Amino acid sequence: MVEVTLTINGEEETVVIDARDSLSDLLREKLNLTGTHVGCDHGACGACTVHLDGTPVRSCIVLAARCECSDILTIEGTRNDAITDVVRRHFHDKHALQCGFCTPGMLMMAVDIIRRYRVPSEEQVRAELSGQICRCTGYMGIVNAIVAAADELDGQRATA
Amino acid sequence: MKPALFDYVRPESLSDALALLRDDEGATVIAGGQSLLPMLNLRVTAAEKLVDISRLHALQGTNDDGTTVSVGALVTHAAIEDGLHREAFNGLLQRVAAKIAYRAVRNMGTLGGSLSLCDPSADWPACLLALDASVIAASADDGEREIAMEEFLVDAYTTALESGELLTRVVIPRRPMARWGVSKVTRKSGAFADSLAIAVLGDGDLPTRVALTGIASCARLLIRTSGILDEDREATAATLAEAIREDIVEVHEDVTPYQLRCHHHTVSTAITEAQSWSK
Ligand SMILES: Cc1cc2nc3c(=O)[nH]c(=O)nc-3n(C[C@H](O)[C@H](O)[C@H](O)COP(=O)(O)OP(=O)(O)OC[C@H]3O[C@@H](n4cnc5c(N)ncnc54)[C@H](O)[C@@H]3O)c2cc1C
Ligand code: FES
Ligand code: FES
Repeated sequence: MVEVTLTINGEEETVVIDARDSLSDLLREKLNLTGTHVGCDHGACGACTVHLDGTPVRSCIVLAARCECSDILTIEGTRNDAITDVVRRHFHDKHALQCGFCTPGMLMMAVDIIRRYRVPSEEQVRAELSGQICRCTGYMGIVNAIVAAADELDGQRATA
Repeated sequence: MKPALFDYVRPESLSDALALLRDDEGATVIAGGQSLLPMLNLRVTAAEKLVDISRLHALQGTNDDGTTVSVGALVTHAAIEDGLHREAFNGLLQRVAAKIAYRAVRNMGTLGGSLSLCDPSADWPACLLALDASVIAASADDGEREIAMEEFLVDAYTTALESGELLTRVVIPRRPMARWGVSKVTRKSGAFADSLAIAVLGDGDLPTRVALTGIASCARLLIRTSGILDEDREATAATLAEAIREDIVEVHEDVTPYQLRCHHHTVSTAITEAQSWSK
């Protein structure tokens, strides 16, 4: 057993875990934050993507024990985030989800893509999303939603 | 799936980590975990005790002394993708980093982890072989030693690191004017390579080095091909093609016709790209 103290969605938490627990285990099983989905559990699908100290990681292949003192943001923590809200709205408008299994990971990745590229091209979004697997939508809606959200956010910055 | 049980320790300093590795043969190092954790989760490997080196400051820095660049073992693929020492290698490291896995994996995966694992299809071993780099290994009792990449990369999943040794940093001779080419064939973007060739053309006293991976063992230099590019500038396309073929057959035991064509394609494409840079 290992005790870890970390910040999750702005709240400090101390959790007792098994050394072998992944960050996704800690989130879903210890803290009931089940918005983070686990598809493959070995780093291949991207469903479990969360932000660790500000950058996206695959929580199924991050040891929970290594997250001592880290700052974690999960999909639950983006509820009132202005940028994620815009992305979420465009996901809705562009039919970027069907079953929703991949969606939390897609949103966490989308925000990072927009942060790094500001106004990414469709091609850049496609390349960046190549590790996020969606078995329903065929990706068109997801790509369109991210491009549109980035454009809207860039427009907001221009007029601000 | 869950990995089998193991213990976890996070030493505070490099010397503590080295002492732990000396005293406990069952200890396994974990850096970014991006190869080790999938392997543990799939139970294709097991560990009794993980020694987490991911916070050791001594393995994080980089330094450019004007002749060589030293890059700490813990530097991530993403940090390199974002431009670390771009000028020193004319952008080659960035090009390679950006094609490894996906951003969320690159944020965690480290240069030292990739080299130490020595996956037969990994990108860094081929790149650093082409750049004639070496690694620095440290152990509790014997201090540091430098190992040239050719000796370091022994076979698939086998390096010259001995039990108790940690890879601390990589030392790469600067090549700010390098004329290079990279060609990677994968089934899917971000996947390990079916074939990956990296060519760095010679310059002055420095010889051409063409490295190939995605072969049965681990990244290897193509000796005939590299030699012809330096020594026989008038060589015909047919001569070069024959040298490439002979090299592939030598470094890739039991190569299938598909693999041969695939390697031939990546090697020629990497060379053509390297030659397209103006001198
Ligand atoms: C979906 C996916 C796709 C990928 N695609 C690619 C790809 O296309 N190309 C590619 O090259 N890689 C790829 N990888 C692997 C990735 O690059 C890993 O980050 C890298 O191989 C291992 O680095 P790490 O820091 O995560 O090492 P870890 O997983 O922590 O360790 C790997 C091994 O190295 C040992 N080790 C680690 N650091 C040291 C050290 N400093 N000294 C001694 N031993 C050490 C460990 O004991 C372990 O055996 C992929 C990974 C995933 C999950
Ligand atoms: S569940 Fe983590 S990458 Fe698939
Ligand atoms: S919406 Fe079902 S997997 Fe993407």
